[in-house]
This record gives sequence, C-alpha cells and structure tokens, in this order.
Amino acid sequence: MSTTAKKNKKVSSNSNGVAKLKFNTGWDYTAAPESKSHIKLKGRYDLFINGKFVKPSSGKYFETINPATEEPIAEIAEANIADVDKAVKAARNAYEKVWKKTRAAERAKYIFRLSRMIQERAREFAVIETIDGGKTIRESRDVDIPLAANHFFYYAGWADKLEYAFPGRVPSSLGVAGQIIPWNFPLLMAAWKIAPALATGNTVVLKPAETTPLTALKLAEIVQESGLPEGVVNIITGFGQTGADIVNHPDIDKIAFTGSTEVGKIIQKAVAGTNKKITLELGGKAANIIFEDAPLDQAVEGIINGIYFNQGHVCCAGSRLFVQESVYNIVLRKLKDRMETLIVGDPLDKNTDIGAINSKTQLNTINKYVSIGKKEGAEIYQSSCPIPDKGFFFRPTLFTNVAQSNRIAQEEIFGPVLAIQTFRTDEEVIEKANNTPYGLSAGVWTDKGSKIFNLTTKMRAGVVWANTYNKFDPTSPFGGYKESGFGREGGLHGLSAYLKV
Amino acid sequence: MSKTVEKNSKFLISENGLEKTSPKKRLEVLKTYKIYIGGQFPRTESGRYYIATNNKGEQLANVCLSSRKDFRDAVVSARNAFKGWSARAAFNRGQILYRIAEMFEGRKAQFIEELVKQDASKAQAQKEVTLSIDRLIYYAGWCDKYQQIFGTVNPVASSHFNFSVPEPTGVVAAIAPQESSLIGLVSAIAPIIAGANTCVILASETKPLCAVSFAEVVNSSDVPGGVVNILTGKPSELFSQFASHMDVNAIVYCGNDELIQKEIQQKAAGNVKRVLAYQDVNWLSEKGQTPYYILDLQEIKTTWHPIENIGSGGGGY
Repeated sequence: MSTTAKKNKKVSSNSNGVAKLKFNTGWDYTAAPESKSHIKLKGRYDLFINGKFVKPSSGKYFETINPATEEPIAEIAEANIADVDKAVKAARNAYEKVWKKTRAAERAKYIFRLSRMIQERAREFAVIETIDGGKTIRESRDVDIPLAANHFFYYAGWADKLEYAFPGRVPSSLGVAGQIIPWNFPLLMAAWKIAPALATGNTVVLKPAETTPLTALKLAEIVQESGLPEGVVNIITGFGQTGADIVNHPDIDKIAFTGSTEVGKIIQKAVAGTNKKITLELGGKAANIIFEDAPLDQAVEGIINGIYFNQGHVCCAGSRLFVQESVYNIVLRKLKDRMETLIVGDPLDKNTDIGAINSKTQLNTINKYVSIGKKEGAEIYQSSCPIPDKGFFFRPTLFTNVAQSNRIAQEEIFGPVLAIQTFRTDEEVIEKANNTPYGLSAGVWTDKGSKIFNLTTKMRAGVVWANTYNKFDPTSPFGGYKESGFGREGGLHGLSAYLKV
Repeated sequence: MSKTVEKNSKFLISENGLEKTSPKKRLEVLKTYKIYIGGQFPRTESGRYYIATNNKGEQLANVCLSSRKDFRDAVVSARNAFKGWSARAAFNRGQILYRIAEMFEGRKAQFIEELVKQDASKAQAQKEVTLSIDRLIYYAGWCDKYQQIFGTVNPVASSHFNFSVPEPTGVVAAIAPQESSLIGLVSAIAPIIAGANTCVILASETKPLCAVSFAEVVNSSDVPGGVVNILTGKPSELFSQFASHMDVNAIVYCGNDELIQKEIQQKAAGNVKRVLAYQDVNWLSEKGQTPYYILDLQEIKTTWHPIENIGSGGGGY
C-alpha cells in the first residue's frame, strides 16, 4: 500500500461504532483492459460436421452478443433436426471406420495435441470467452482456459490405460456421445465433455449454449487443424430444440448433459426406454457453513469466492450461507465491507471482480428472485458500487432474515445473490444444509480438523470444500447427489460415464 | 377351492372345505406369510391377499398383497434407518451381513422345503440355498473393501489434499427377480445393504415364500429394523409407485419387461432417481455377484482440504 493511497483512504465508523475502511473512495483504479487486437473471429460461424464447417440446412443464423455491451459479435448457425442427423451420422461413421480402430496410444496423442494447441492460444480463448459470456478476463485467463487445456491433457493419458481403472473388467467404448453444455463455463464444459469421451474411444456431437458458442467453435477450428480424423468431434449450435433433437436421435449411445435440474429431468424422461447411457450434472443450492472457530477473514474470502465467482453463475455456488450465531454479527460486517470493495464492470478489465450477467434472460431471473426474496420478508443488502449503464450487470447482493422455507433458500438463482441463515449446533446446521432436493456441493469453515471431517462426511453432496471453495482440477471428480444429477466428471471416476464396464 | 389338493401341499383341504384329520395325526401348524416393515411383521394394511400356488396350481399359502400405503410405510422405515445404518462402521456392517448368513445356514432345511414346494427339485433347491448363503458371505467381505477399490486420492495441481470416496445413495426401492424365490432376492438385497443403503424390496410375485422366511432370518441377525423391508405383491401394481416416490433415491429393476422398465425410467426422472435395470442376469452364476453391483448404488464424494504452504520453498521434508 503506497503512502498516497493511505492518505486518500478515509476512515469512518459504521453503525456498530467499529472503525470501517472505505475502500470505494479515493481509490480510482486506472482502467486495465485486456487487448482484443490479437483475436481472430469470423463474422459468421457455420456448423462443424465431419471435419468441415457447413451451412445449416435451415439457412438460419442467430446472433451472439457481448453481454457487457449488448453489441453483436458474430452470427451463429442454427442446426435443425437434419443437421443433427448429419452430425450423428458423421460421428457414427468416424466411430465405426476410424476411431474405434485407432490404437489407444495414438488416440492419446491426438488428445495431448488438442491440449497443447489450446495452451498455445490460451490468451485468444480467454478474451473470446470473456466477450461472449461476460465473465471477467482474470477468471477466463486464470481458471477456465488453463483448466480446459489441463482436462484434455489429463484424459489424454488415460486412453491407453483404461483397464487399470476397472479392476476385473475389460471396459469398452459406447459409440456416439451427444453432449449438451451450459453457458457458464463454455470452453471448460466442452473440455469436460469431449476429453473423457475421446479418451475412452467414443466420438461426439457437442452442442454449446446459444449465448456462448464462440469458444466451442474456436475449439472446432483447433480440432480441424490438429488432424483429428473427420467426424470424431462434431460441434453444432442452436437452441433448446437442437439439444432435444440430439437427445432424441435414435443412433446416439450416450447423453451427457450439464444444465438445469428442470431440463435434466426432461432429458432423463426422454431417454427412458432407450439404450442410451446418461449422465446429468444439474443444479445446486450449496450450503457454505462458517463455524465460530473458523479463520474469519479467510472464511469471508471463501464466502465471496463461493457466491460471487463468475457472477454466481456456478452450479456449485455457495448460495446458502450458514453462520454460527456467535460470530454472525462480525461475519456479516466483514462480508459487507468486503462486498463494498468488489468492482463490477467491464469484464475485459483486469481489475474487475464481477463481470456481466450472461444474458438478459438470466438478469430477469435474478431480478425475479430478488423481488421474491423481498416479498417473502428477507432483508436485502447490496453493494453500493457503480455499474455500467449498458450491458447486463447486477450488484453483489445478500439476504438476511432468510427462512429455510423461503424460495431464495430453496431454489437455484444462478446469480450473485446470497441467502444467509444462522445456526447454533452442528446437528442443526447438518440438518438445515441437507434439507434441499439438491446435493452438488458444500463448504465447511472451521479450524478444528475433526469437526471438518464430521461435517464433510455428513453433507449429502458430491463435492465438499473444507476451508476453501470453488476449486476444480481435472483429477478431481465432480458431480451431484440427489437432484443435482448422477455420474461424475473428472478424475478416474469420470471415465465410467463413457464406457461399458 | 373345490378340488382336493394333494399331499405336497400344506393345506390339506377336502371337497367340503374341511381339513382332513385323523385322530392320530398331529395337526400341522401353518405359517402366516406376512410382510416385513421396519423390523416388524405386519399384515398388509389393505387387508388384501393373494394365493401363492405351485406350477400345478396347488395352493401353497395366502400371501399379503401389499398396497401403495405399505410401500410408503416401508420407505419411511427405510429412510429412518438410513442414518444409523450408513453411520455404522463398515466392519460392523460386514459382521452383520455375515450374521445373516449364519442364521440362514441354520435354517437351510426350511428354505429347501419351501423351494421344493415352489417347484424346484431337491438338488436345485439345495444349490440355490447354499449359493444364497455364500452370496451373503461374499458381500459381507466386501463391506469394508469396496471403498478401497473404488475410492481415490486425487493428485490435484494446487496445494490441496483431495480424495474421493463412495457413499451410499440412500433409500433404494427394488423389484426382485421374478423367476426365483430366493437367490434373486438375496442377490439384490446384499449389495444394496453392503453399500450402506437401506431398501424396500418387492419379492417374486409367483414365488414369494422364501422372501418372507428370509425376512425372518434378517430379523434375527442384528440387522436394524428398517434397513431391509420386504413386501409381497404384484410388481404390475406397485412398480410405478416405486419409481415415482419422491423419497426414494434409486430403483433397481430386475426384470425383462421393457414397458415396465421404460415407465420406471420415466417416472424416476421426477426426482432424478438412479435407475439400475438388471436384465437377463443368471443370478445362479458367478455373474450374479460383483462389487460393481455395490458401486451402482454409491455416490462419489470428493473432499478438498488445503495443505499449508509454509516451507514449500525448500521441500517439505
């Protein structure tokens, strides 16, 4: 901290009479936008089928916009049922004629190559991810893109070692995988789907979300350049109907879906009575639990990271905060202070903490839940930070006086909105935390090791972070209990989703 | 029942409906086949029954025709039992499964007799009973081992200790194989409870006798009430309730009816149930047992824990 900064900093006191640092005055950050000059984007993107970009048979295109500016970036082809069929045929053909017969060790090398090529273009991917989806450049640069590349690298090595993963069994590939991914981590989700599918010897038809198709299409360009046999990876774009056409296509052996629980249920129902293997990674309403003996400053960072990371567009977001009563006041004060320091704005600016909400639709959903929360009697607090006039932005928000039955405590909002409840005993918080149809993730903050493992064991959730939050790694399986879906992505456990074992 | 039923039958009933008795012969005490819910043997709340017969159409017993309400009651019991059962030490669960086998061994003769009544030859019956006992021993041994086979320590790139372990899915509803009275039922139950789940299982409709006797074995084997709940009745009447119940986490269907399977899969979507359909499995073969049946009903939980970074500059040793 420079002396000038110290002088400029104003110290006042809040209602509790506790000295409070006002970080939002006299601290003008100089804009530090990442350059867009090196990225290459076409004005129009076609469907990537059988190794080539082909026009959609409908002739229809839709626009993908920058949610931070509301300006169009490119036109994207809309695949209809005929295009889906074409893509599935290409994938089937590639599976039967080439990929199934390709030696596993060679398969591995193709996937390693994809990983390297993503790394080479990491910066370009990061900028495109940010302008297409609204997430901050810091996040796409440091989290999304490196993790995507690493995911390919990790699964590449599995291709010729599969028999070691399933004791007593000889696993075999399934065939053609249909994969539908969401808009919150576009390239990373593409990697989570494509990498294990290829490593296990399957071919794929992947559909990115309609608001964030660009990095998947850039990945298609890499696939083309990498020399991967034609048809092994097909990437087609469109809306929900395109996804439904993939799910219902009779020649698909496997459906992998990441998205809302509502759509996941429709998909599970749709594949009933078929031989399609299915994995679902659905919504969540994670409990983030702060005990009185937790390192509170670290815990507050964990709360912030848990709910405001990626604008709260995270299925495993720590959207329900449980604070032990004895430290409630101090945690709330620290949390509010920390929220005041968050910078909401241009996602391309390296200072920005919270970028743009992914779409107008999602902004409406968030607004809807915030008014529901108020109507239900919860008390709202929002950061006072300025937000840009244009684009879709939302201030970091929290609710106190939340009841367990409130919709903001039960339903997934998928935005920067935190619902805070309190508790007294371990038993109480375990009960409350598990009282949800979801079971994707949870967080526990305490300095006591034995308490950590008591809590992590009792949480009915697939990923539990102790004294940390929102960490991801290719070797670490991810996926839910209960209505958060079934099957795992990542790690050894992620292999079985794509194999007959 | 108008015809005279033959020697094999427990019910010796004459044309006028009265039992044939002779002054010297001891009157056999007949068993009432009841269902098993929450560690108790109630009759179905519906008061309904059906008649189990052998291939010749001879009456073997009156059996409870369980209702949807019985199923719901059983799910409540299974849910209540889940917390305690899943909190038991794996070693202890292994001992309890072994105990079931011990009790079972002592009642071999009864099961053989029941199988013979239900049309098995003596040799077939002996094989099925001993295999069923051995299957329990097999899964008893797995109780504290599958975690080591299917769990992993994950070498994440950041400074965290990260590991994944299998945990039970929860309450499992199961429709036992219909073609066998005993081995199918035991093969379905054992991996469910070895994996720390609790279950509600519907026995073979046409061969229900051994299921009820097996419930008696379970009941005398230190298995906490509610961990295993056994109903008798018609799959055609109950499967849809099994699949749609919102407090059931997974459903196991051991059958070959594709329409039933499809409807189960559709209804299961209501709360994202895990659906396991085991078709054409020969439960009398080696393929009837594998730790992968345990894994099918497990959730993988991954835990992240930070590792302190002090001293990282110069290596940790």
